[in-house]
Amino acid sequence: MNVRELAHVMALTEFIMPEPEREVSGGYVGDLLSWVMGRAQTGNVWLTIMSNQNVAAVALMAEVSCVVLTEGVKPDEALRQRAEQQNINILGTKLSTFDAAAVLKQLMR
Amino acid sequence: MGDLKLNYEVDGGDLIQAGEASSKMKMTLKKLGLPPEVIRRASICMYEGEINMVIHADGGQVEVDVGMDTITIRLTDHGPGIPDVDQAMEEGFSTAGDVARDLGFGAGMGLPNMKRCSDDMQIDTQVGVGTTVTMKIHIN
Repeated sequence: MNVRELAHVMALTEFIMPEPEREVSGGYVGDLLSWVMGRAQTGNVWLTIMSNQNVAAVALMAEVSCVVLTEGVKPDEALRQRAEQQNINILGTKLSTFDAAAVLKQLMR
Repeated sequence: MGDLKLNYEVDGGDLIQAGEASSKMKMTLKKLGLPPEVIRRASICMYEGEINMVIHADGGQVEVDVGMDTITIRLTDHGPGIPDVDQAMEEGFSTAGDVARDLGFGAGMGLPNMKRCSDDMQIDTQVGVGTTVTMKIHIN
């Protein structure tokens, strides 16, 4: 499954999606950036409520396939700009982090 | 052919903007065609180091040496130094302030991540003088 398909199946809001063809493999949930960087795997979908521009930097370094902002959180303007510059996919959902993770887990089976 | 040397200045002023040097290095390593996992590990090492320099030391310098077999990343700052390196290496230990924590940093995972993602890490530090962290990442 790629990021475009994920966005479709989970009815995600597409804030920034410069690389829709990126393959999705598993997921990681976390808001502490270093924790995410140490634990997330390449290609993971990263579920978080953090929305500052450091999220784009962490997504770039950890090579996640996309960031999904949960709980209705929207990216701030600086995050949008940095995500565009660095080709980071930023999506969103109104689902709680728990529910979004549960749906993702089902999809990854 | 000699090693490729890259030099970056890390501005200490702005934690929100941090990561610029790491992003540039990552782009350069990609252009060089290095293995993706090597690039990922080097990028995490440098980004964590960059964040540490901004939070604790008001910035610093980074030298990256890309050799045939090894990438060496050396971060040098003139910050307060690390009084107890063993304690700083413990997962979860952090002296970061509230501003850093509000942005999602200060989890006490920076140095452990750097250690995990590098093949060798040396910390030379002196309280009141500064810190140099040298990390090596083998390419093969």
